Amino acid sequence: MLKYIIRRTLVAIPVIFLMVLVTFVLVQAMPGGPFDNVGTKAMPEQMRLLLERRYGLDKPLYEQFFQYTWNLLRGDFGPMLRQPGRTVNDIIADTFPVSIQLGMMSVLLGFVLGIPLGIIAALFHNTVIDYTATFLAVIGVSVPSLVLGPVLIYTFGVKYQILPIAFWGAKPPFFLGIFPPLTKDFFLHAIMPVFTLGTGMAAGIARLTRAGLLEVLSSDYIRTARAKGLRERTVIVVHALKNSLIPVATILGPLLAGAVTGSFITEQIFAINGMGRRFVNSISEREYFLQTSLVLLYGILLVFGNLLVDIIYAWLDPRIRYD
Amino acid sequence: MAVKDLSKVQEQELQFGKGRSPFQDAVREFRRNKIAVAGLIFVLIVVIMAIFAPVFTPYDYAQQNLSQSRARPMTGYNITTDYAEKYCHWYNTPLEWGCTIFFFGSDPLGRDLWSRVVYGARVSLSVALIASTVSIIIGTVYGTISGYVGGKVDDIMMRIVDFLYAIPLLPIIILMTVYFKALARQGVTTGFMGTLIVLNKATGGLLFVFIAIGALNWIGMARLARGQVLSYKQKEFVEAARALGGTHTHIIFKHLIPNVLGPLLIAESMAIPGYIFLEAALSFIGLGVDPPTPSWGAMINEGYAGFRSKPWLVLLPGSALALLTLAFNFMGDGLRDAFDTRLRGRK
Repeated sequence: MLKYIIRRTLVAIPVIFLMVLVTFVLVQAMPGGPFDNVGTKAMPEQMRLLLERRYGLDKPLYEQFFQYTWNLLRGDFGPMLRQPGRTVNDIIADTFPVSIQLGMMSVLLGFVLGIPLGIIAALFHNTVIDYTATFLAVIGVSVPSLVLGPVLIYTFGVKYQILPIAFWGAKPPFFLGIFPPLTKDFFLHAIMPVFTLGTGMAAGIARLTRAGLLEVLSSDYIRTARAKGLRERTVIVVHALKNSLIPVATILGPLLAGAVTGSFITEQIFAINGMGRRFVNSISEREYFLQTSLVLLYGILLVFGNLLVDIIYAWLDPRIRYD
Repeated sequence: MAVKDLSKVQEQELQFGKGRSPFQDAVREFRRNKIAVAGLIFVLIVVIMAIFAPVFTPYDYAQQNLSQSRARPMTGYNITTDYAEKYCHWYNTPLEWGCTIFFFGSDPLGRDLWSRVVYGARVSLSVALIASTVSIIIGTVYGTISGYVGGKVDDIMMRIVDFLYAIPLLPIIILMTVYFKALARQGVTTGFMGTLIVLNKATGGLLFVFIAIGALNWIGMARLARGQVLSYKQKEFVEAARALGGTHTHIIFKHLIPNVLGPLLIAESMAIPGYIFLEAALSFIGLGVDPPTPSWGAMINEGYAGFRSKPWLVLLPGSALALLTLAFNFMGDGLRDAFDTRLRGRK
């Protein structure tokens, strides 16, 4: 297993390198540059050239790229071009933990809501409970965060005014760089964004859990377990549940990716200063190093997410061997 | 429970004996699923309204009327007969009274929100249709070649797919869209990019959305198609076709693709809500359609600034978006349940 993890990580390195190369070339190829304007006026030519030399943008592209990757290896993501005195490292230190907190809490909500709902639906197969749960799950899958967010804000923020409608309830520096303070303010701010991002996940997980459990419950070994006279609870909890979660593990990868991409919208809706919002806001800027670095971070997150899925797979299904 | 299931299976087996084709069976199964039929009907209604949008709306989606901005839903216009005669589609028809009512209110530029929502359905539906067609064509071609040729070609083609799977495509696609849009703003009209930009302008910014969504979604289809081809390639009927001297083209087009297409279509119908949502999301962050083309995502974005005092500007296009994805989901689920024979008899 350890050998597999090491090999996968090593294989990921050229993939990520290639991805960074493509992104670096792409952002630099865009028309216009970071120093086109001062405020609303056009920047004088001489000043622009000086600034470009200051940040090394006058060098050939390949030289810039090697400089950038060399700095990356030393943990330096590069300077912010339009915010003098700040580095991309500063921005990432501010936004990355926020996005991770939001994403992890949403995934957690997805599992905490989704798995029990799916189990209940499968156990009461073809009853009113099942139909209600399935119906709720389809609605949960169908309502985009783009709609759910504003509806939640309108209901709980504007009409009843019980929840704050924007911003994240914790500011950096965080404990160990990533853990939020467990204050009431933090949780109050987190409720709506987490539900916005997590409801769809919960619904998807519920559907998969239901389908997985139904499939397992009709298999031979469950019939054997029942024939042995085991209690229904034992049959479900000990024999059926773990296997029924295998399909759920398959969407864990897309789910983690969705937590990342979903944050583009959710962070925008709730004005949360996370990576997704930073990325979206940097669209019209030409922050070459920030954009490349954020894509790099997304890539690394995806690699580790997929690795995690493989490990969970092997744990759920011992027949799977990686070597 | 077990006994009940058994009797159901037997009953179904008896029905199979009556000699209906699998397709007829699936249609029958689908029609029994009332929610799926309701979804289908809703989608059809939206399709009709989108195609005949001028008939269903009093005004053009881009028609501004600044003196009438930010009106509440179901409140009246205060307009002159001249204005109505010039701009209202319903003038001189039995629906003339509709010219003076904003059913859904109006946006900050005084555009009739009902008209924009109805025209917005065109964007969502064309994304659903074209993005799924594009991704299914690319996916089928790529997957079929990879699976049928096999060997080194298969290896290389699947490495490429693996690579695309391992990287976060959405941020890169977003950057590419930004690149296209920046070029378009510069007014590039020559060469390949120029042609794309002109076409994009003609479609109100939709072409880049199609490209972005297609680029994101063909990969899954290619994998699915390859898997199907690999399993059918070994089947007896393909072997028989080969033994009878069938050419590769004949085998691929007559024997493999018809079999591969079914599961792909089902997967595609399940994926459509995702396409619609992706278009709305891209438009929401300003990378989708170009104004004044009405997209529900762009409308939510436009209304968001004044959301607290004028919530309908967000909630009405939002509801339209949610209802359409819901209908597509119900329909897709029903299709899958009906056509996936593996599931039959279980539900």
